[in-house]
This record gives sequence, C-alpha cells and structure tokens, in this order.
Amino acid sequence: MTPITKRNFLSTLTAATLLALGTRAAHAAEPLKVGMVLPMSGPFASYGKQIEAGARLYLAQSGGVFSGRKVELIIKDDTGVAPEISKRVAQELVVKDKVDILAGFGLTPSAFAVAPIATEAKKPMIVMNAATSAITTKSDYILRVSHTLPQVTAPIASWAAKNNIKKVFTLVADFGPGLDAAAQFKKTFTAAGGEVVGEVRTPVKSPDFAPFLQKIKDAAPEAVFLFVPPGEQTIAFIKGFVERDLAKAGIRIIATGDLSDEDILDSLGDGALGVVNSMQYAESHNSPENKTFTAAFAKANPGMRPGYMAVAGFDGLQLIAKTLEKTGGDAEGDKFMAAAKGMAWTSPRGPISIDPQTRDIIQTIYIRKVEKVAGKLQNVEFDQVANFKDPGKQ
Amino acid sequence: MTVLFDGIASGMLLFLISVGLSVTLGLMNFVNLAHGAFAMVGGYVCVTLLNRLGVPFLLSLPLAALSTAAVGVLLERVLYRRLYGATHLDQVLFSISLVFMSMAAATYFFGAQQQPLQLPEFLRGQFKLPGLDMGVYRLFLIVVSSLLAWGLQALVSGTRFGAQLRASVDNPRAARGVGINVERIFTLTFALGTALAGLGGAMGVEMLGLDPGFPVKYVVYFLIVVAVGGSGSITGSLVASLILGVVDVAGKYYLPEVGAFLIYAVMVVTLVFRPQGLFGRTAAR
Amino acid sequence: MQTASLINNIAVARLCAADRWQPAELAFWLLPIAAYFVFPDNLVLLTQMAITALFCLSLDLILGYAGIVSLGHAAFFGLGAYTAGLLAANGWGEPISGLLVAASVSAVLGLLTSLLVLRGADLTRLMVTLGVAMMLFELANKMTWLTGGVDGLQGMEVRPLLGQFRFDMVGKTAFWYALVVLFLLFWVARKMVHSPFGLALKGIRLNVARMPALGAPVNMRLTAVYTIGAAYAGVAGALMAQTTQFVALDVLSFNRSAELLLILVLGGSGSLYGAIIGTIVFMSAHHVLSDMNPEYWQFWLGALLLAIVLIARDGVMGGLRRAAAGLGKNKGMAR
Repeated sequence: MTPITKRNFLSTLTAATLLALGTRAAHAAEPLKVGMVLPMSGPFASYGKQIEAGARLYLAQSGGVFSGRKVELIIKDDTGVAPEISKRVAQELVVKDKVDILAGFGLTPSAFAVAPIATEAKKPMIVMNAATSAITTKSDYILRVSHTLPQVTAPIASWAAKNNIKKVFTLVADFGPGLDAAAQFKKTFTAAGGEVVGEVRTPVKSPDFAPFLQKIKDAAPEAVFLFVPPGEQTIAFIKGFVERDLAKAGIRIIATGDLSDEDILDSLGDGALGVVNSMQYAESHNSPENKTFTAAFAKANPGMRPGYMAVAGFDGLQLIAKTLEKTGGDAEGDKFMAAAKGMAWTSPRGPISIDPQTRDIIQTIYIRKVEKVAGKLQNVEFDQVANFKDPGKQ
Repeated sequence: MTVLFDGIASGMLLFLISVGLSVTLGLMNFVNLAHGAFAMVGGYVCVTLLNRLGVPFLLSLPLAALSTAAVGVLLERVLYRRLYGATHLDQVLFSISLVFMSMAAATYFFGAQQQPLQLPEFLRGQFKLPGLDMGVYRLFLIVVSSLLAWGLQALVSGTRFGAQLRASVDNPRAARGVGINVERIFTLTFALGTALAGLGGAMGVEMLGLDPGFPVKYVVYFLIVVAVGGSGSITGSLVASLILGVVDVAGKYYLPEVGAFLIYAVMVVTLVFRPQGLFGRTAAR
Repeated sequence: MQTASLINNIAVARLCAADRWQPAELAFWLLPIAAYFVFPDNLVLLTQMAITALFCLSLDLILGYAGIVSLGHAAFFGLGAYTAGLLAANGWGEPISGLLVAASVSAVLGLLTSLLVLRGADLTRLMVTLGVAMMLFELANKMTWLTGGVDGLQGMEVRPLLGQFRFDMVGKTAFWYALVVLFLLFWVARKMVHSPFGLALKGIRLNVARMPALGAPVNMRLTAVYTIGAAYAGVAGALMAQTTQFVALDVLSFNRSAELLLILVLGGSGSLYGAIIGTIVFMSAHHVLSDMNPEYWQFWLGALLLAIVLIARDGVMGGLRRAAAGLGKNKGMAR
C-alpha cells in the first residue's frame, strides 16, 4: 500500500468508526419502550405481580440499559379476563405511548385479542404466561418465553406410565389451557400403555371440589392428574384431597407445576408433600444463575417467592436485551424477529432457546416432587426432559 | 350419602354468611351488596390472628365475628345511616363503592394471593361410617351453624329484642309510635348481621379460600339465598341455603356437565312461581 | 267531549314541547365530535365509551322508564356479540347486516324472557334476570366448540364498513361507526320516551296497580320495552364484537351486568342522558386512575363513587337537576 492509500485507509476507517459510533449514539439517545399488558388487579393480580417483579429484577441487574438504550417499562392493567381492555391498552401502548415492544399477557384471551395489533403495527409481542399452544400461530410477531400446557403435560404423563401408574383420573379446569392439558395427557399416557379411567372438567370458578373429589374416590384410580389455574383452586383441591383421605386410598396426585407454584406453595401446607409434578422452573433449581436470581429476588421483593411467572418476566427482558445486542440496538419489528429466532441462553431455570420455526420456547421440563427442604416446601427436581419442544404443534 | 352430607355442609356455610343479608334487607329495606366484604373482613381477621398472632382457631372465630361487628357498627353510624331513605339504586351504588374500596384495601394490606389457613389437628380428617364419610370440619360447620340458627330463631321469637325487631320489620312507624327505638334496633341488627357474616367468612376460609376478590365472587350466591328464601326470614334463608348447597354439590357430582347451570335454573323456577321467595313477606311501610 | 279533546291536545302539546331539542342537548352531542379531534390517540377508548353508552341506554329504557331492575342485561349484550362474532367468523363479515341480525336475535331472547320479569318486586326481577344471564353464560361455556369459551372466538373477519372504510388499528372507522349508531338509536329512544308509549311506561313505573284502571295494558307495554331494550343491548354487543374483532365469554359475565347497573345509577336513571354521562364519568375515571395506579385504582374509583352517592342522590343527573333547580331555572330535561 502506498502511504497515501494507507492514510486514506486510516481516515476512511476513522470516518467509518465515527459514523458507526454516531449511529450507536443516535440509537442510545432513543430510549427503548416496552409496554406490558398484565393483570394487575382482579382475580389474577398475583400473576401480574410476579411477572412485573421478574422483569424489573432483570432491568435492575442489567443497569436498565440495553445496547446503549435506556429501557422504560410501561405497565398497563387489563384486569385479567377482559380481552377488549387488553386490546385497548395494547393499542394505546402502540399508538399513544409509541412502545417498541409489547410484552406480558397473563391469560390466553388477552394474548389472542392483542395478536392482530402486533401484526398490524409490526411490533414484537413477547408472551410471558398465556399457555395455550395456538397463541404463537396468531401472529408472526409473537415470541413466547414461558411454556405451553402440552409442553409441561407430556413429560409427567410419560413419567407416570414408566412408574407403574396404569390408571389415571384427569381433572382439569374448563378452559383453553385445561383442555390442552387433558388432551395432551390422554395422548401421551395412552400411547405409553396407560388408561384414563375418568375425566372431569371443573368450572373455572369452582372453589369447592367436594363432589369431584368424591367422584375420584369412587372411581379408585391409581393417580389423579390435575390442572387448574394456580391460586385458590389448587389450595382447595389439596385441602379436599387431604380431608377425604384419598392418599390413604392409594391415590397419588400428579400434576403440572401450576399446582405447586412457589407463589402459593406455602399455603398448600403439608398436604402437598409427595406430589409429583412437572414444570420448567423450580426455586430450588441448583444452578449459579438461579442462585443469583433467587437471592436478588428475595431482596427486592420481601415476602414473595419467585415462581415460574417471575422467571418468565425475567427471561422476557433478557430476550429483548440479547436480541438488541444482535441487532445493534434496533428494535424494528422484522429485524427484531429475525434476530430473536433461534436465540439461546441460560435462564435461571436452565438452558432455553426460541424455536426458529414456531417462535415458541424450547426448554427443559423437570419432574419434581414436593418436599420439605430446610423447613420450607420446595419443588425438588429429580428427573428431566431436555430441549423439549411444544408437542401441541406437532 | 356423602354427597348429601357435603351439600348440607355447603348449604350451612352459605346460610351463615347470608342470613345477615336477609335480615338487614328484610328489616332495614337496605340493599347491602357489601355484605360479602364484611365476610371478607372476618376472614382476614381470623387468618391474621391465627397465623401472625398464634391465637388458637376456636378463639379466633368469635374474635373475628366481634371485630366484624365493630366495623359494621362504625360504618353503620358513619355512612349507612345517611342512605336509609335513599332509593335502592343509590344503596346499590353506595354498597358497591364500599366493595371496591375494601377489595383494593385487602390487596394493599394482604396481597392478591390466597391466605393460608391450617386447621388445628382435631378438626382435620374424616369420620367414617358405612356408606358415609363425614369430614370433621364439615361436621363442625354443620353443628355450629345449626346452633346459631336455633339461637337466632330463639332470639327473634322468644326475647324482647326479638319482639321489638319483628315489630320494627312489620311496621317501623307503628313501632316507633309504641316507643321502640327503631334506630337502635337497626344498629344492633346490623351489628348482628355483620357479626354472622364475619363468622361465616372466617369459617369459610377453609372451604372457599380467602383473597381480595371474595366479596364479588360469592355475592351472587348470597343474593340467591335471600331471594329464594325470602328476605327477612331466617327459616327461609336456612331452607334456601340447604336446597342450594345440596343441588349444587349433587349437580356437580351426578351431572358435571350441567354443574352451575342447575342452581340458576332452580332459582329462576322458584322465583317465577313464588316471586316473594319461599318464606318471604314484605314489610308494611 | 270538548274537554276530552282539549285535554288530549294539551297532552299532545306537552309531549311535543318536551320532544323539542334543547340547546344544551345539541351542545352535548358536539362533544363526541370535538373529542375526536382533542383525543386522537384515545379513539379506541372513545369507541368503547360509545358502545357502553348504548348498552347503558338500553338498560335505562327498561329500568329508568319501565322500572324493571335487571342484573342480567349482559345476556342480550353477549348474545348480540356472539351473533355478530359467529357471522364474521363464518364468512359473513358485512358489519351493518351483522348488527341487524344481532339486534333481531337479542330481541327474540328479550321477548321470550320478558314473561319472567312481568311480575315481582325489585329483588325478584334482579335475581331472575341474573339467573337467565348466568344460565346463558354457563351454556356458552359448555359450548366451547361454538363459542371458543373463555379463550374467545377465533377467526373473526369484519369487512370494511360500507365496503370502503377498513377497521384500522387507530380506531377511526370504529369510532364513527359506533358514534353514528349510538346517535341514531338514541334519537329513536328519545322519540319513544316522548310519545304516549313513553308516558305509559312512566305510569307503570310510578304506579303499576293504577294503570289497568286507566285502560293501559301493562304486560304488553312491559314486554315491548323489554324487547326493545334487549335489541339495543344486542346492537351494542355486536358493535363491541365488530370493532374489537374478538368475542370471549366475559361478554356474558355477571361483572358486565353489574358494572352496567353501577354506571346507570351513577349517571342517573330515567333521563337517557344519565346513561351517557354515567358512562363517560365511569370509564374516564377508570382509565385515568388505572394509568396512575394499575394495582389499586379500584380503591380510588370506589372513593369517587362513594363521594358522588353521598353528595348527589339519583346520580349525576340528579345532582345536576338539583343544582339547576337551586339556580332557579327549570331545565325540563326528558323527565
């Protein structure tokens, strides 16, 4: 190279670097707005609280800046089951607050209602709890970081079949995720040689499980598979189960981890000991990421235990951070989606990734048992199914 | 048989909470949709006493009832009194505003999640008889509610207060004319009604759970009991609660597809044929 | 003979006078148009206000004018919503015809259930209407294959309005659609309450025992107004379905009926405008408070309602009326 060309080369390089830095600076000037649609009031307010806590924790841990952009969380309440409110606040977030990314969605109807807005506005939509399988098919801009019911049901069904449980009675709440769970359980369990001796769907509002428990007792299965939304229903079920001495009648409880969600685990009492369930996250999970996570969570939210919803909030923000690293701070819809597909990282729950085809989550589902550890009830993992994709889409 | 027993237990709990509403509606002609909120107060007091202060369960029940009555009297004196002459609709607006405030307050102080409650050992488990499994707690519930129902009926029909109460229900103007302090009767009755609600809320935590959404979750059931039983009638509330409890539980056991549908159908049919409820009678104004 | 026709003329003259549009009313109807320009980012909220106002109007017709207290009005709203939703999900996406079909279906349900509300005291009617709505809710919940259950109806495709105006995300089309429908139906309702029919309803509400003595058939009138109320509610439901392009089970819920009653009482029943004002006050308060405090807005809303009921009896309209009377003027609004 001649000296002139070298000088040209250096100056061009300098100019290019300055330009790149300048662009980065231009992006850095623009804050990143994340609009979260969550149930903050009403019967599902505890979901919103957990998700928000997890999201804010990630922000605090990362200094609140992703790829040079300051992150602003705008949280709107959709009261839980009011899809027109979910749609309205999502629209306001997009049109009025001009958010770059939509996130949250505690329940399925909320996600279904907002999907068309994500498509029309071309904004990435990160689902952090709604668990019906079909949600990710409703818009090409949807990513999920939580779980689907078929995904957590199939492993427990296989486990049951492998562990000498031949007859199961299923009890699920009568709505989308419940029906997904019942169907998946039946599919996997009968394929593995088991028999579903009875199925019952309980109304979503049913607090009193007495008649259903009596029916189960009379049918005398070896186990009862349960899926009801976490909260009063799970507590009522365990209490009723204990009261009726169903355990003494030789019936075990197998369930999805919603039953023993850390948020309500303490309220279940000792009646929950021995319940085998499957889920993607346990507070007791032994990994460095989780130790940091749980310690920081307890400090920031005294009195609250982190459950799978908090981790979903945490990972949702982490996904955004990592995707922005890849796109250089650009949150434009199509670029974001292209970069997010296939993203993989280690979450407090274990290794997870986003399936490039379905944009849904691929993760390890653990089989756990409820045990007392240091005086506290915990879900203790003893088996797992790694890299499990949502069977609901296969 | 167990199904019948469970239905009766369910009904008795409903009776305990709803009888106060029936009496205040029948006596004071006041539509108090915040009744469920008083039950919730009783529940939270009981849980706090039990979990945070270590008070034994059997003692926390009456304490919950008394605290609720205290709250009831306070609210009656300060707020409810102003709306005695108002239209039913205004009373609806008023009581619902109280419900909103109580629900948000409960969330603020206790959080949105379920409150844990551990029954003492002697109230857990079941008594087993041939063909009938009786839950100990449910039996306890039935016994306590029956005693209260009997006591209430004795109070209303056998005591002087009861006579004054009945007089005030039938014709407040005439009662005042005879020298009965109707306002004081109102306050005492309201206190009694809310105390019962508080007790019912406390006893119901085990079976119905407790979270800030309690007042709106179950208000429909309370209204059904009062409407079907007839407002102002204790016997009516008892009979209606039992019918509802048994129909609900039996319906869910034998016909789970139909489930909740059945209670509403029973209610509508009853009201179409007897609009004033099974035992209802309206006060002369 | 002459006295009779004289009295008749006076009565008709009075009705016509009451029917004339007051300047305050005209000013009122300019507000939504102004709102379009003042709040361009909140069109979805304004649209939902218009829809809820229509829904509340339908309740005012049966409650404020005929005295039928209903805690189950969501039954008609939900039925209308699902009708429009199912039509749109199965290929029939034309909005206006969807509205008409929804109105008819709801009217039929109203007609059938009107038998149940003809007699009984307030509490009875409250519970019977509630029971009907709850039964419909449970039915829709069971028929998940048809309604989509709690998760909602999938695949709704609403065609552009009048073939031209697409339902866009910002909500412009939806806003004008809902507002025009609201105004038209309001105009009809207003005419109705200022007619002899309206007077008969008022008479039934004030003293039902007396009406047969005057030769006015009570049951027929009640059935008629209940059916009309149901049709109006059905239209509101259909509008909701079409503008959000989504229907889920909550359209039939108890919460919806209860909130509606609350809104009407807040605004003041029996004046038509109370329904609209109540909606504006309630929904604005909810929106503002929820933005300020997503977790505990309910407390402040409750406090606001408490303040209103303690200060103003008969809702906002009642308060306004008393204030106007206090100022010496007699507004003479639709009462």
